[in-house]
Amino acid sequence: MSDKISDLFGAFLAGRVGRRELLARASQLGLGAAAATTFLNRTQSQALAASSYDWKAQSGQSIKLLMNKHPYTDALLKNIDAFKSLTGINVTYDVFPEDVYFDKVTAALSSRSSSYDLFMSGAYQTWQYGPAGWLVDLNKFIHDTSETSGDYDWDGILPNLRSATAWSGKPGDALGGPGAKQWALPWAWELNSIAYNKRILDAAHMEPPKNLPDLIEMAAKISKDVPGVYGIGARGSRSWATIHAGYLSAYTNYGAKDFDTSGGKLVPTMNSKQAKDFTRLWVEMLQKGGPKNWTTYTWYEVANDLGGGTSAMVYDADSAAFFQEKGTKEAGNIHYHAFTPNPDAHQPTPNVWIWSLAMSAFSKHQQAAWKLMQWATSTQQLTLGATKADLIDPTRQVVWDNQDFKTRMNGYPGYLEQFAASSPGAKIYFTPQPLFFNVTTSWAAALQKIYSKQVSVDDGLDQLAHDITAQLENAGITD
Amino acid sequence: MDATLSRPAPVSKKGGGAGKRRPLVSARVLPYLLSLPALLTCIGILIPFITAVIYSLERYNLAFPQARRFVWFGNFIHLFSSAGFWHTVYVSLAYTVLTVGVELLLGLGIALLLWRRSLLTNLLSVLLILPLMVAPAIAALMWKLMTNANFGVLSYLVNAVGIHDFRWGASPSTALFTVVLVDVWVYTPFIAILLLAGLRGLPRQPFEAAELDGVPASFVFFRILLPMLLPYLLTASLFRMLDSIQQFDIIYAMTQGGPGDTLLVFQVQSYLQAFTFTDIGRASAILMVLWVITYALTTVFMKNWTRLRERAHGHA
Repeated sequence: MSDKISDLFGAFLAGRVGRRELLARASQLGLGAAAATTFLNRTQSQALAASSYDWKAQSGQSIKLLMNKHPYTDALLKNIDAFKSLTGINVTYDVFPEDVYFDKVTAALSSRSSSYDLFMSGAYQTWQYGPAGWLVDLNKFIHDTSETSGDYDWDGILPNLRSATAWSGKPGDALGGPGAKQWALPWAWELNSIAYNKRILDAAHMEPPKNLPDLIEMAAKISKDVPGVYGIGARGSRSWATIHAGYLSAYTNYGAKDFDTSGGKLVPTMNSKQAKDFTRLWVEMLQKGGPKNWTTYTWYEVANDLGGGTSAMVYDADSAAFFQEKGTKEAGNIHYHAFTPNPDAHQPTPNVWIWSLAMSAFSKHQQAAWKLMQWATSTQQLTLGATKADLIDPTRQVVWDNQDFKTRMNGYPGYLEQFAASSPGAKIYFTPQPLFFNVTTSWAAALQKIYSKQVSVDDGLDQLAHDITAQLENAGITD
Repeated sequence: MDATLSRPAPVSKKGGGAGKRRPLVSARVLPYLLSLPALLTCIGILIPFITAVIYSLERYNLAFPQARRFVWFGNFIHLFSSAGFWHTVYVSLAYTVLTVGVELLLGLGIALLLWRRSLLTNLLSVLLILPLMVAPAIAALMWKLMTNANFGVLSYLVNAVGIHDFRWGASPSTALFTVVLVDVWVYTPFIAILLLAGLRGLPRQPFEAAELDGVPASFVFFRILLPMLLPYLLTASLFRMLDSIQQFDIIYAMTQGGPGDTLLVFQVQSYLQAFTFTDIGRASAILMVLWVITYALTTVFMKNWTRLRERAHGHA
């Protein structure tokens, strides 16, 4: 029996048997779904071990991970024993909630502590950590055949994501441009679009919004007419996270930019005409149809309100809505919709967030840490995470093309369609510069003041541009 | 006093009459040795303090290590010339005055209600400690949920009494009120318990005499009880004042210093500078200013505390 099972899984890895057939035949051999997944994972690890690359070279070493509490983390940790048995490397980890996670990372790195070897990062964070000398430039591993398994398909990672996690460190330089250092490996990503509660929209006889003016009108009507429900959820806390999701995606769609770099200098343009016109609409949307305590809203609140049936729509990461598909009141009612806010624009322009894995420059076990990075971002692990766990929005095209993944995601109406429509225009729309958090925190504070009517849109954004110019000058990075 | 009780016991001659046992350390060294732990503790406290003073005089951003250099009072000049800084001073002091004031009044009221011992007051005294057992950050998150305008129970209640669209921590006009309310919920029991201990330790004779003489209750409260309780009131105020002016967890957990800059108190401002913007120089400068204010307030309080304690003892 066990030989038959081994043969079956071997045939699957060799591509002679599809996943559906694999599961059907595994079932005939008396293997349940959970056992089949475990067996598949083990077989994949054995296949990796069978390659000429020496996965056991750092056997006996220990590495420690610093992770954010997230379904992606759960997907990785669920399978960590397979990595341990493949490499003989011991793995320990700390997991912190997102509210404090990056402060913990900053504290660990800035103190030059070697206690963590690997950590989760976004691309934006590497603009601060990389030039400070806290991260390893991963090019030294990626392009070294003795360090990287021949099976590791670096080019299979979506090109815009590889570029987005590489930067020269010179403020204003394009991501992935000449001299760029690879500060992190893209692990999973998310793009910002509309997710909506079909039950609520159907009851209100509404279709998903066509553009931002349409969204404002719909959200206002729902907030006014549907008891206990507001129209549109979006982030609003005094944090960088408020800017990078729906706000910057729509801001870009209206032709606005954060900085003008054309003269070789960083000039803040948050007070351009396009920026002001768009911000007026954004604030109107929130005042008429947003949550009443918008200024305290993080992505947790935005997503929970959709799952709890308190909001009709959210403009946030597609994955944030997806995580509400299990065990919530509105699970099954959530639909996804690609969104082009500007009536004159031709396609969505979602700003993206990329959960990546980065290596501390102070790690004493860099080769062992690199093994985990390869393993976690390998086609096998991403496929497993995408089909059997919640590591959705994988960073490899081959996983998006995987029939099992497609079948799974077809169960979430509109998800694949919104992704297909949004991904061509999806990238990081911020200008890379190391004061990212100063700029975006000030920006969020300015939006809160405008929303609360402490200042007008014009005054608020003019003051913001003035403050940011002063911050850049103080840091000596205006040129 | 019976002199024999205080006389030291005779030295034992057991052991062959070797004479007086020699002390392990000489009398000259002993005082230094005894103060050594205090000295070490002092050095342990002073090292980070002096480091922070040095940082505050530097342009020191962790993300730009190559740009690190002394700017002397540059960080302070930047602070004092910024309108945001004076708002920070204002909101920190307003928060301190409001929380300490309200907590003192409520704490005193509760302590007076629990003064007389009975089964019920003993039970209530124990229950009173419960909010103190909740970490302030957790309490803030609880209140954040309770004040959620969409589903929070407190929002429902204020709506039910006719106050519509009350946005708690999300609006600049009510944010300070909201965080003060949470602070009051968490820390009023601390003051109540401290004052209750003080009340129960007061001598009974003045109150019994006043009762026999038929003295009005207001006279007893203002001319007997309050003066005698003043050292306890001042101690409680000092503890809470030091804590309130350095408030971080409640404000950060509820609003992150917002909306806008509404609740950007010293500690939140410094935390953002240090951990989000990695600007250690400016974060240290903010903390130095906070230290000066705290030191000044503590000195004033301590001088008055000593004076009032002496006066209270004299009255007693």
